[in-house]
Formats: sequence, structure tokens, C-alpha cells
Amino acid sequence: MNSNTLWLIGRRLGAAIVTLLIVSMVVFAITAVLPGDAAQQSLGQFATPEQVAALRLKMGLDQPGVLRYLHWLMGLLSGEMGVSVSNAMPVSDLMAGRVPNTLMLAATTALVSVPVALILGIGSAMGRGGRIDSFLSFFTLTMVAVPEFLVATLAVLIFAVNLGWLSALSYSSEITTPLQFLRTYALPVMTLCCVIVAQMARMTRAAVIDQLDSPYVEMARLKGVSKMRIVLRHALPNAIGPIANAIALSLSYLLGGVVIVETIFNYPGIASLMVDAVTNRDMALVQACTMLFCTAYLTLVLIADLCAILSNPRLRNQ
Amino acid sequence: MNNLIVKSPPAAPELAGGKVSHGSWLGLAGAAMCVIWLLVAIFGPWLAPHPVGEVVSDNVFDNLSIAYPFGTDYLGRDMLSRILVGARFTVGLALVAAVMASGLGTSFALLSVVSPKWLDELISRLMDAFISIPSKMLALIMVSAFGSSVTLLICTAVLSFTPGAFRIARSMAVNIEALEYVQVARTRGERRLYVACVEILPNILNPVLTDLGLRFGYIVLLLSGMSFLGLGVQPPDADLGSLVRENIGGLNQGAPAIVIPALAIGTLTIGVNLFIDRLSSLRSRRSGGH
Repeated sequence: MNSNTLWLIGRRLGAAIVTLLIVSMVVFAITAVLPGDAAQQSLGQFATPEQVAALRLKMGLDQPGVLRYLHWLMGLLSGEMGVSVSNAMPVSDLMAGRVPNTLMLAATTALVSVPVALILGIGSAMGRGGRIDSFLSFFTLTMVAVPEFLVATLAVLIFAVNLGWLSALSYSSEITTPLQFLRTYALPVMTLCCVIVAQMARMTRAAVIDQLDSPYVEMARLKGVSKMRIVLRHALPNAIGPIANAIALSLSYLLGGVVIVETIFNYPGIASLMVDAVTNRDMALVQACTMLFCTAYLTLVLIADLCAILSNPRLRNQ
Repeated sequence: MNNLIVKSPPAAPELAGGKVSHGSWLGLAGAAMCVIWLLVAIFGPWLAPHPVGEVVSDNVFDNLSIAYPFGTDYLGRDMLSRILVGARFTVGLALVAAVMASGLGTSFALLSVVSPKWLDELISRLMDAFISIPSKMLALIMVSAFGSSVTLLICTAVLSFTPGAFRIARSMAVNIEALEYVQVARTRGERRLYVACVEILPNILNPVLTDLGLRFGYIVLLLSGMSFLGLGVQPPDADLGSLVRENIGGLNQGAPAIVIPALAIGTLTIGVNLFIDRLSSLRSRRSGGH
């Protein structure tokens, strides 16, 4: 690690913070400034001007937008995210109850999908043009193209309705045995994995093939090194950076998928909380959830970029 | 020298023959699916055997039968008619949004390439900011702020997919702009609009159209996802995503009313992707040959 790399990393971190600030401005502008007068909306058409003015004062709407934005941003940073109107509870309490569930779902999905995707990706890179490879390319294309609810519907039909192995669309809060865990998580995790495995395997394949086409691998092949050894000892260590990059990027697809999956399986996570908030137009909750998701997304993209920077030997050895 | 070795194409000529026929078969199937869905979107409402809102059967979640080829929905309405009408929403909305997103993105890209550096920088930074909000999140906050309507859905899709179109078009336009004939045109004293529309645009049009196809697929997924959450097209209108949502109660019985609309979306998006994939691989082979 030299000063050059440190500088690059510092600049990337700075860019991430600036992007997050801009995203927060966009989110605040769309949810709080553009829709018009929230006081008028919540009181309805027949409110007297005095009532509206009083509520405006109470909600702080008489201040200019910039001040309200700064106030809101400070609140986000200190964990004071306002009160959810539809639940009559502080937003932070509501979210604290749901975040662990979503993290559990995401972590399980990552634990399952990463090994499967790596094996598939490396396998199809080794047998390029072969049967596994062409199957993978078709599978990837299909999985990226279909909506999550199609995968979820088919999975429920097969595993819950026809085979009767799993209970469909139910969530039990107390999980004590591994079997209960499996019954609860199998379908949501499987649905999420389909898309992510496809993405990750495709990118892993590209990273490994990139190495396999390089002169040093050709040298190893000419020396008579076995295929397994070429991939595991020569190509893979050099492909670790791009693969880590691929894993982080693919996991960012979780954010879109989790919204649909939590809704279809009635899973009490942060994404279904957000969908309910959008349906009820509960602005404080929508803002907080959006910022949480955007932060998670930007963090994953940041990790992906940092992996790419750190694994580039040209930057390390300068 | 090193560079030459690295850049040389992978040595696998024996694979080419098998792959070509395989790929072209899938590409044709994809193109056929696209054409079928386009025809359904145009003529579907006239082909529908029953009025879309009419309750025609006493049995809800009926199985496939001759009278009702796709079964009946949760109220006993004919699924075939509902899908034929719903497809128009799904395909139409996504097509309008995709054309607008690609058009806007490409126009901004051309504008930023021929304009002074500060404007280029400003447009690029703005697009970068929008690209870092996942499209589903943007759609959710737009709906929460303004309520769902067809216009809002199109605006949302355009807002979230223009930056991607801009990025791709700009990266290609920058390359073209550096070529000699564009420089010659500039030296000749041609106006910026001329350089953008006559010298640059025709040369990036093909990849831009391919990108439009991909974007169409993404927008179909986004809009039907929103409808599935109940935040997209609002009743009494229904697109394919809404059909999945309203029949979700039939999931435990494995009713065709939920499977068929979901499969319909799947065939549409898979078709588009297969077709586009084939087109791009054809083009990369052609440009590789030169």
C-alpha cells in the first residue's frame, strides 16, 4: 500500500460521500418539497386558513426548503427520523425492529449464492463453449430477464403446492429448530438467489476467462500443468479482485429483489415496511427507508470499486 | 508486443460453428416472441372474447377449459380477455417510456459532446447522481410523493433509465467525436447541431437502438413490479403485473390465473433479451471481422 493507492481510495471515499449527499437532496426534494403543502394535504380541502397556518408552523413548513433539508439531514445523522404517522411510533423504533430480519435474509442469501455462483462461474470458464457453459449463458439471460414474482410463484407452486415440502407464504416469528429455519427461509432465499447467482456466475466466468486468455496461463499450459492446477493456482489468485468486485455488485441487486420477495412471502423486513409506508403515504418512514436502501446500495458499489482498486497490481507496485 | 498477445481473440475456432446455429435459433425465437407481443398489444383488445370487466363464470380460479382457455380470475372473469387487454398497458407504457428515455439520453449525450466542457461536466455529474438511486427506490418515492398514475409511471421510468442511456450514448459519441472526419467538419465551420445530428448520430444509432431494446425490458420489469406491489397501474385498469397481484389468492391452489400473467411477462422480457443478445453478438462478430 503506497501513497498513490491511499490517495485513490481517499478520493473514491470522498466521491461516495458526495454522491450520498446528492441522493439525499434528491430524495428530500421529491418527498418533501415538490408535492406541495403537506399541511393542506393532511387537513383536507375544508380546513380554514388559520388551521392550515397553525399546522404549517407546527410542522416547520414556514421555513425555507434548504433549512428544512439541513434539519432533516441532521436528524437522519443523529438517528432522529421523525414519527411515522400511520403507526404512531418513532421511525427509528419501527426500523430497528425490521432491520435484523432483512439482514438475516440478505446474509442467508449471500451465504448460499456466493459459493454456488463461484462454482458455476469457474466451472463454465474451465469448460468454455461446453454444455455447462451454454446452459449457464442461457440461464443467466433468462434469470436476469424474468420478474422476481414469476420465480417466486413457480417456486411456491412446485415446492409448496405440488410437492408439499414447504409451507407457502407464511412466516413464523419463533424459530427454534434448524428445520423451522429451513421451512421459513427456503423459498425467499431460493427466489433471491436465482437472480443473484446468475449475475455473479456470469461475472465470475468473465473474470476467470480474462485470466485464462493471458500469456502466463498459456505458458503454464505449455509446461504441461494440469487444468485444475492452472485454474486454482495460477488464474484464480489473479482473478480474486474482479471476482470480489463481481460479488459486491451482484449483491446490490438484492435491494431491488428484496422489495418483491418480502411482499410476496409476507416477510416482516424493512422492504415490506417501506412498501406499506408508500401505500399509506407515510413520508417520514418512506424517507428513512429510502436513505437506508440507497446507503446500502452505494456501500456495496463502493466496496466493489475498492476491491478493483486494491487488486490492481499496477497501482500497488508503482 | 505484450499487448498484441493479450488482445488476440481467444483461440477457439472449433466452437464457432456449433454456437452460431444455437445462437441464431434462440435469437429467432426471441424475435418471434417480441413480434407476437407487439401484435397482441396492438390488436389484443379487439380479439378479446369477453368484455374485460365482465364476470362470465360462477367458478373463481377455474382451470383451463375450452370456454375459458386461460381459466378465470378471482371474480370469475375471463383471463384470456384480461391478458389480451393488459398486455397493451405493459407493452405500451414500457415502449413509450423506453423511447423517451433513450431519446432524451441520446440527445443529452450529443449535446454534452458538442458543447463546452463546463456544460458537459454539469450534465455528466447530474446523470451520475441519478444513476446511483436504484430504479425501484426512485419509483417507490415518486409514487409515495405524487400518487400513482400512468403519467407518473412513465415519468418515473424515464427519470431512472435516461442516465444509463446517456452514459452509453456519450461514451460512443466521445469516440466518434475524436475521429478525423468530425474534426474536418468542425474546421469547415459546420454548426454544432449539424455536427451532432449529421456527423455523429448516424454512427451511434445502431448501438443506441440495441440499448433501447434492453431498456424496454428493464422498464417492463420495473413497471410490472410496481403493479405487483399495488403501486403501479391502478384498477379498474390492469397491466400484466396487476393481474398477478389481484390473483395472488389463487397461489395456494396453483390457479392458472396467477401463473399465466407471470409467465406472459417472462416470455416478453426473455424474448426481448434473447433477440437483443443475438443482435449484439452479430454486430460484434461483424466488427471483429474487419
